[in-house]
Amino acid sequence: MKRRSFLTSTTLAAAALGLGLPAMAQEPLKVGFIYVGPVGDMGWSYQHDQGRKAIEEAYGDKVVTSYVESVPEGPDAERVLTQMALEGNKLIFATSFGFMDSVMNVAAKFPDVKFEHATGYKRADNVATYDARFYEGRAVQGTIAGRMTKSNKIGYIGSFPIPEVVQGINSAFIHARKVNPAVEMKVVWAYTWFDPAKEADAAAALIAEGVDVVLQHTDSTAPQAKAKEAGIYSFGQASDMEAFAPAPRISSIIDNWAPYYVERVGLMLDGKWASSATWGGIGAGEVQIGEISEAVPAEVKAEAEALRDAIAKGDYHPFTGPLNKQDGSVWLAEGEVADDATLSGLNFYVEGITAELPK
Amino acid sequence: MMIAGIDIAQLVAMLMVASTPILLAATGELVAEKAGVLNLGVEGMMIMGAIGGFAGAVVTGSPALGFAAGAMAGAGMALLFAFLTQVLLSNQVATGLALTLFGLGLSALLGQSYQGIKPPATEKLTFGPLTDLPVLGPVLFNHDWVVYLSLALVAGVGLFLSRSRAGLILRAVGESHDAAHALGYPVVAVRVAALAFGGALAGLGGAYLSLVRVPQWAEGMTAGAGWIALAIVVFASWKPGRVLIGAYLFGGVTVLQLRLQAAGFAIPVQLLSMAPYLITIAVLVIISARHRRGAQVAPASLGRVFHASR
Repeated sequence: MKRRSFLTSTTLAAAALGLGLPAMAQEPLKVGFIYVGPVGDMGWSYQHDQGRKAIEEAYGDKVVTSYVESVPEGPDAERVLTQMALEGNKLIFATSFGFMDSVMNVAAKFPDVKFEHATGYKRADNVATYDARFYEGRAVQGTIAGRMTKSNKIGYIGSFPIPEVVQGINSAFIHARKVNPAVEMKVVWAYTWFDPAKEADAAAALIAEGVDVVLQHTDSTAPQAKAKEAGIYSFGQASDMEAFAPAPRISSIIDNWAPYYVERVGLMLDGKWASSATWGGIGAGEVQIGEISEAVPAEVKAEAEALRDAIAKGDYHPFTGPLNKQDGSVWLAEGEVADDATLSGLNFYVEGITAELPK
Repeated sequence: MMIAGIDIAQLVAMLMVASTPILLAATGELVAEKAGVLNLGVEGMMIMGAIGGFAGAVVTGSPALGFAAGAMAGAGMALLFAFLTQVLLSNQVATGLALTLFGLGLSALLGQSYQGIKPPATEKLTFGPLTDLPVLGPVLFNHDWVVYLSLALVAGVGLFLSRSRAGLILRAVGESHDAAHALGYPVVAVRVAALAFGGALAGLGGAYLSLVRVPQWAEGMTAGAGWIALAIVVFASWKPGRVLIGAYLFGGVTVLQLRLQAAGFAIPVQLLSMAPYLITIAVLVIISARHRRGAQVAPASLGRVFHASR
């Protein structure tokens, strides 16, 4: 660049900045999202993107949203978050557990930017966390699974052994056992959130083990396809996955992030945003139970829906004693309810699950 | 045959299905690299094969036509790569990476209307009484035709490279393109043909993923399989027979660890998942140790730009 043009352009840029300052208030709020999978996964990331679209719908010109998909958890996430902050995003949603440390690092460097981290537990003045009580939905699924299994073997495809997933396994198992004392739970960890081939292999491994109902805590619909092939039952995860209804998908857990996202962006626009920890469940509408299909007998459906309604009203907590830990020691006494602190750090199986939880 | 509650014959059969995509892609890449071209776009060609094959099978209702479409989609991507690197002489590494990114994006775009659809089923071949044989039946005689095709291709590529005149020319081009050119062989044409063959196989592998192994279309569904195929070629030290071993080892470890978990064994998954890569690194070390004594394993012109005027 020639020195003369350099001077001209920098002067112009400085002038533009100076002129731009008073107009800042009218500028739309930039909101960024990073997703761990592609928005087309028809599961987890898809649902977050639905939430992003809800923001655009609710606030129109007042916001500009953008997203980066398929961001691996790790150093790449930090790079993408930094980039987003530099691009002028004032509110950034990081939508996977594994982004936690990246969010904390970047948030420390950009105190003016607000961050929202899904399913994590680390917070700061400009980092809020939000999560959904998926285990409430798992209780409903476990009930259906316990009633539907003929081989008394239920399979569970886990992503990573983190509290959120362990809650789900425990909750599904407790409620399957409640309606069917002979039930066994087989757990396979895929160590990925999104890898259709591996998820399909995991489902095939469970099917080879004699499982006839499979639950998944990974993001693609591959296990549904495998279940369909094998003629067994499955549950939609994160998104309704209605393409596989009425069978193998006999119900689903739907993550509904839209109300939360709209609310948080609203607070941001009003200048009232503050760091908080939100953990909504079926009652708050963050977790929805997808249509229980006609493959499920009417009385089982009624039983599952009654459980769902009891949880929604707060009459019943899925982790209510007496419950023992896997080693037989007492976790919750008769009538005692698990507190959120224990749940958000849950790192053990309940009694009856024979698999070993990886450390 | 049962060991620790796991049916070994069933496990081997699952392993073969899980390994077929990477086996096909690695065999294709081997041919391209033997001709002296390093195509890092395997992942992009595979994913294009996955959507091309899926769309082809859904539209025509025939899995066989789907696989053909997948192979063509992969070959099309490879020809794009060939045009850029062989005609326009662009850098192979950068172009290969770009091809991967391009393929991932384009496939996501093309696949928009194919999400959540079930493809027509690829039938398993039956061999009458042979299929009912204990152990051997499920392992050898109860697969779809693509598995047999992949095995035949490995044998065919092996014979072609070591026993045919055309294979000799291809290797000559890969070892020293200047010498091959001086002898009057069409270096660029040989490389374009090798790349197209490699792309077709990668596409076939991708189509196997979306039509048989998963079976459905999902964005980004190859999830790194193309990179594994590249690692297998190195692991195999550019020998077709070893590609087979490598592919079954890489695929086998995945299936084995999932199967062990399902059977309730507490196993160090991370260690098992790491194992093939550790072995690949070990192979590289052994190769370079031998290399010092004069034996070159990688094609000598691999990754180098050829220009006839030089």
